[in-house]
Amino acid sequence: MVEQALRRVGAFDSTSGGALMAVAAPLAKRSVTSKAKHSTRPIGEPRWVRRLLITIALGFLGLFLVAPLMAVFVQALERGWVFYLRALGKHDALAAIRLTLLVALIVVPMNTIFGVLGAWAIAKFRFPGKSVLITLLDLPYSVSPVIGGMIFVLLFGKQGWFGPWLEENNLQIIFALPGIVIATLFVTFPFVARELIPLMQAQGTEEEEAAQLLGAGGLQTFWRVTLPNIKWGLLYGVILCNARAMGEFGAVSVVSGHIRGETNTIPLHVEVLYNEYNVTAAFAVASLLALLALLTLVLKSCLEWKTAEELSAAETGYLGD
Amino acid sequence: MALFRFKQRSVLPGFGLTMGLTLTYLSLLVLLPLSGLVVKSSTLSWREFFSIIREPSVAASFKLTFGASLLAAGVNAVFGLIVAWVLVRYQFPGRKIVDALVDLPFAMPTAVSGIALTALYAPNGWFGCLLKPLGIEVAYTRLGVTIALTFIGLPFVVRTLQPALEDLDVEVEEAAASLGATRWQTFLQVIFPLILPALLTGFALAFARALGEYGSVVFISGNIPLETEIVPLLIITKLEQYKYADAAAIAVVMLAASFLILLFINFVQWWSRRYAE
Repeated sequence: MVEQALRRVGAFDSTSGGALMAVAAPLAKRSVTSKAKHSTRPIGEPRWVRRLLITIALGFLGLFLVAPLMAVFVQALERGWVFYLRALGKHDALAAIRLTLLVALIVVPMNTIFGVLGAWAIAKFRFPGKSVLITLLDLPYSVSPVIGGMIFVLLFGKQGWFGPWLEENNLQIIFALPGIVIATLFVTFPFVARELIPLMQAQGTEEEEAAQLLGAGGLQTFWRVTLPNIKWGLLYGVILCNARAMGEFGAVSVVSGHIRGETNTIPLHVEVLYNEYNVTAAFAVASLLALLALLTLVLKSCLEWKTAEELSAAETGYLGD
Repeated sequence: MALFRFKQRSVLPGFGLTMGLTLTYLSLLVLLPLSGLVVKSSTLSWREFFSIIREPSVAASFKLTFGASLLAAGVNAVFGLIVAWVLVRYQFPGRKIVDALVDLPFAMPTAVSGIALTALYAPNGWFGCLLKPLGIEVAYTRLGVTIALTFIGLPFVVRTLQPALEDLDVEVEEAAASLGATRWQTFLQVIFPLILPALLTGFALAFARALGEYGSVVFISGNIPLETEIVPLLIITKLEQYKYADAAAIAVVMLAASFLILLFINFVQWWSRRYAE
């Protein structure tokens, strides 16, 4: 109010730039601060403090992250490449790999489709209770994976609610593929929607509205306008969803029944081998998952700057209006 | 349905369809199964419920899980702050690789982390053989549980703090410096209060994750009853014994804990927004 009054009087000229900056701050902030980050700071910690902090941080990460990662590969190759390859070629290991791929092949597309649908409904429309819905979508994140598996045992297990009915009809869910798929669906449920919602909210609805005005149908609008805008964010969500789907242990362990060569996914097979004191073979199979984790991290980092670019493009588009 | 009245405001199509499918999928996969758990445990009387929870093995595992998770989240709050600070503020070779590596506990399947940590800290492992002469045993002890939970919680603290540190205004620090504050004073009295909400949120997220963690802990913990048995393992044991009601009662306590943490996080965010205004 004071600023408005000042401007009316004409005494605001020198500071009006400041007022504009304040309006643009939430959107432009990120690029401003990242620039500031790289400039030499007029103030800062003395060099020895900086060195000390960097050493502590790297030491901590080395101890807690790098060492376990290296341990996996060193242990896996402890008895040489021949043993390594033979461990991976074992019948049970191949069955576990096949099962894990099959589960991911079912789970990832399903959660991708529903993630996109959910993100469309949440990000492109206004409705009451939106924040409650977002919290509910996040629910599987805050529930222990063991509980995530257990709720399906309570429903479909032998002594669960639908257990007798399933047995009568000769259907098996728990200790079989459907149970593993359902438990994995549960734990990987939020990944895609979670990535897409902020991205789609930042991009707004103008482009889709323009496509509609020009006569495009709903699906056409989605394929030609929305999808190209969100493709990197979508891929990011899919990669994370896939990593979790292939690596899930707690939830799957509850519902799988650990039947060798039948209901053991790769992580469960690692557990079985390890508990049989077949340590090197366990690490050999585990190294596949560690490689998947590394690949996921690389792809994720590559995509991060792509989405950052998209977000800032969407934001500057916003500012231009 | 009240929801659909708002549809006309937008010219975009598909609200009814996408919202309907999302709600159906969410209900079938998440809401109904979870409420089934609550219903199952509500078949117990209060007395039965408490006798299950107070059973010595259950009480011991609750104590261990909550204690170790709290400790691990605390360790992560301290070292996560240093890691986030270093990654945001300093330039050094390999910074981007280190930054990407912070997400390793997210990306690595928990069973793999579990056996890797066990191999490191077992008496004949790389770290275990160094610690053994000092009389420190890690594998198959509560310390091992805490280390596994620290591993799993680290990214939560770092990733929550990084944006908060990036958003700090340099001017505030410059102002503090120009008014004669030392760097340490500036950190304690200017920077720390500004990043405290993010630190608390990261701490709470790491704590919540640690409470439910299973895969990375079961191998290193050794699962000694009354000693190193964590709650998620106890739930699995009860399920294997077909004690569904017991498992449900324990799980409901864990759900309540997650819910309280979620409330705490929301409160912190509300408080920091009010503080910012």
